[in-house]
Amino acid sequence: MRISRRQFTKLSAAASVGLAAPAIWTKGRAQNRPVRVGCSASLTGPLSGTKNMVIGYELWRDDVNAAGGLLGREVELIVYDDQSAPSNVPAIYSKLVDVDQVDFLFTPYGANLTATIMPFAKQRDRFIVGILTLASNDQLKHDKFFQAAPWGPDGATNWARGFFDIANSTGVKKMAILAADTEFSKTAAEGGRRVSEEFGMDVVDFQMYPPTNRDFSAIIRNIRATEPEAVFVCSYPADSTAIVHGIQEIGLGDSARLFGGGMVGPQYASLMESLGPSLNGIVNFHLYVPEPTMKFEGIESFLDRYRPIAEDRQVDPLGFYIPPFCYAAGQFISTAVNATGSLDQTEVSNWLHENPVDTVVGQINFDEIGNWTERRVLMIQFQNVDGSGIDQFRQAGKEVIIDPPDYKSGELVPLMDARKT
Amino acid sequence: MIVLDLALNAVATGIVLGSIYALLALGLAITFGILHIPNVAHPAIVIAGAYAVVVLNRFGLDPILAGLLWSIPFYFIGLAFYEFYARSFESRGGGNTLQSLTLFFGISLVIEIALVVAYGTDLRSVRVGYVGESLRLGTVAIPYRFLVPALITPVVVFLLWLYLSKTNTGLAIRAVAHDERAVSVAGVNPTAIKRHAFGIATALAVIAGAALVITGPVDPFAGRIHIGRVFAIVVLAGMGTIPGTLAAAIIIGVAESLVMSFASPSWAPGVAFAILLATLALRPTGLFGGVR
Repeated sequence: MRISRRQFTKLSAAASVGLAAPAIWTKGRAQNRPVRVGCSASLTGPLSGTKNMVIGYELWRDDVNAAGGLLGREVELIVYDDQSAPSNVPAIYSKLVDVDQVDFLFTPYGANLTATIMPFAKQRDRFIVGILTLASNDQLKHDKFFQAAPWGPDGATNWARGFFDIANSTGVKKMAILAADTEFSKTAAEGGRRVSEEFGMDVVDFQMYPPTNRDFSAIIRNIRATEPEAVFVCSYPADSTAIVHGIQEIGLGDSARLFGGGMVGPQYASLMESLGPSLNGIVNFHLYVPEPTMKFEGIESFLDRYRPIAEDRQVDPLGFYIPPFCYAAGQFISTAVNATGSLDQTEVSNWLHENPVDTVVGQINFDEIGNWTERRVLMIQFQNVDGSGIDQFRQAGKEVIIDPPDYKSGELVPLMDARKT
Repeated sequence: MIVLDLALNAVATGIVLGSIYALLALGLAITFGILHIPNVAHPAIVIAGAYAVVVLNRFGLDPILAGLLWSIPFYFIGLAFYEFYARSFESRGGGNTLQSLTLFFGISLVIEIALVVAYGTDLRSVRVGYVGESLRLGTVAIPYRFLVPALITPVVVFLLWLYLSKTNTGLAIRAVAHDERAVSVAGVNPTAIKRHAFGIATALAVIAGAALVITGPVDPFAGRIHIGRVFAIVVLAGMGTIPGTLAAAIIIGVAESLVMSFASPSWAPGVAFAILLATLALRPTGLFGGVR
């Protein structure tokens, strides 16, 4: 069959249109499709106590969509359950990037799960916000990583430094350190030992215990025998409870006037409720408490809206510890996208490196590897806790901020005096 | 002087801890020690019992009393468990150890997930007046939250020993593990006897759960902490010996407490298995094997 020049021209034009059509259609569709933000969350498994983080994301998504979306496009949140297992995380993030084609990523909760995907995020040059991940980007130095938590620079060893600043300012010379035998606690304990030595304090006792331990009588007796003036503790929720009971039952001796620092657990409503007045006097880290010095724009409204959802889902009813920082993680994205008018990951990242972001947890500046430029881990002291009611912790004056000085909301009361109240 | 104080306190704490460990292990001493069913779901059932106790404690009921009340429905749950096991596995000739392990491991996971779905993952605890207080005898201080549940154990051990040694049903439970056919010939239904024994073990689990939740809060996965230790206690005692279970548990409790006081707390979880290995090398039937 012969084809005339005219026929060939017509065929070529039709073929060109045919070939170009999917690209034109896809581009048009891409401009209308939602902006996708994806992550994994520990909805089941041992870390599922952190699943209230999803409420933070959802409230951010709803607020952005109610305000017209990002660049006129709806925000869609894609969350998969990682079952608290690091081995599940890489496949989930591959799916998020390659199949779901998300525009922005949040990390899973914490450093252990996040460690499995940071090389992937760097290799694929993806924008990713770290959710309470400690030092996850210190080695990789990925320029599109931003930290949602206030660990500050050198967070791995310095996040609890505020406890030692308080100890130093109150003349502590003898420090005891007690830590669970896990990577996070060990690193913090070693950091604590270094800071103690830097301040000229004598570390009179340094004990690690297995994370499954539930009886601390012997350990507390050993600590008491060394007559420390301060005890730095890095523990997890169940052991934190046992330790708090232990110091009440066995006693720390008259020398101890500062106790706590790195205990995970007294940030959660269930433990605060069960420990009640036993918490009085303990100085411990927190990320947010409702003190007058922490009145950031939007935080009260956020917590008011969080509360009924949390009650409905049977998660932490206070929500001070993780959810506000997940909302703030979303604010990093929406603020930078609106400021640059672009979804380009490089543009958004560059903007965040160069500009402060106003969030529900305050104004944040990032350093070159995405950590907050200033450490803002709070050291709070439980004071005047009365009974086991959880509502009392929604008021100021129960978790008084002692450090950092810019956010200080009250004075330190010596441990034994505070426990008498 | 300080060393002596530490040693006395370590021994006292160890005895009390050991008594609580024994309570955790008693149900397993029946299912695994006597019936030879590797019930790895036992610690999860203990935790389910602890949650049940927390529910009644919210209405002001004492945890131990709540545990005793719950032991009745748990007994029937145990019967249902065993019925399922017998029909699904034993009656089809599939009651070998590997299959049984898989089944009970699955049951354990189901219990954990059910607790997560029903109650969430927060730590749950009970309210009792004596938490935070200690019994002080000279320089020895024993926290009441350990002492009170520990005092239940000798009573439970004595009653259980009496039942298994002095009653016809108790003797039938022992006999069915030794020779099922002989028991059948004697006119006793071995399946019914084993079902009853499993029910008792499950009822004991809820009492253990009550004791455990008094000592500290629990979460749905808390049973995993105890799984190795309770099996070690049953084997160390010698399969199926009830008084031996208490003795073995106290040996492990005291050893752990001494290691924690005078060596490193990090070594404490390994103590149970170190003692177990040493004992089995010298006495393969366990410390009290053959003593009923």
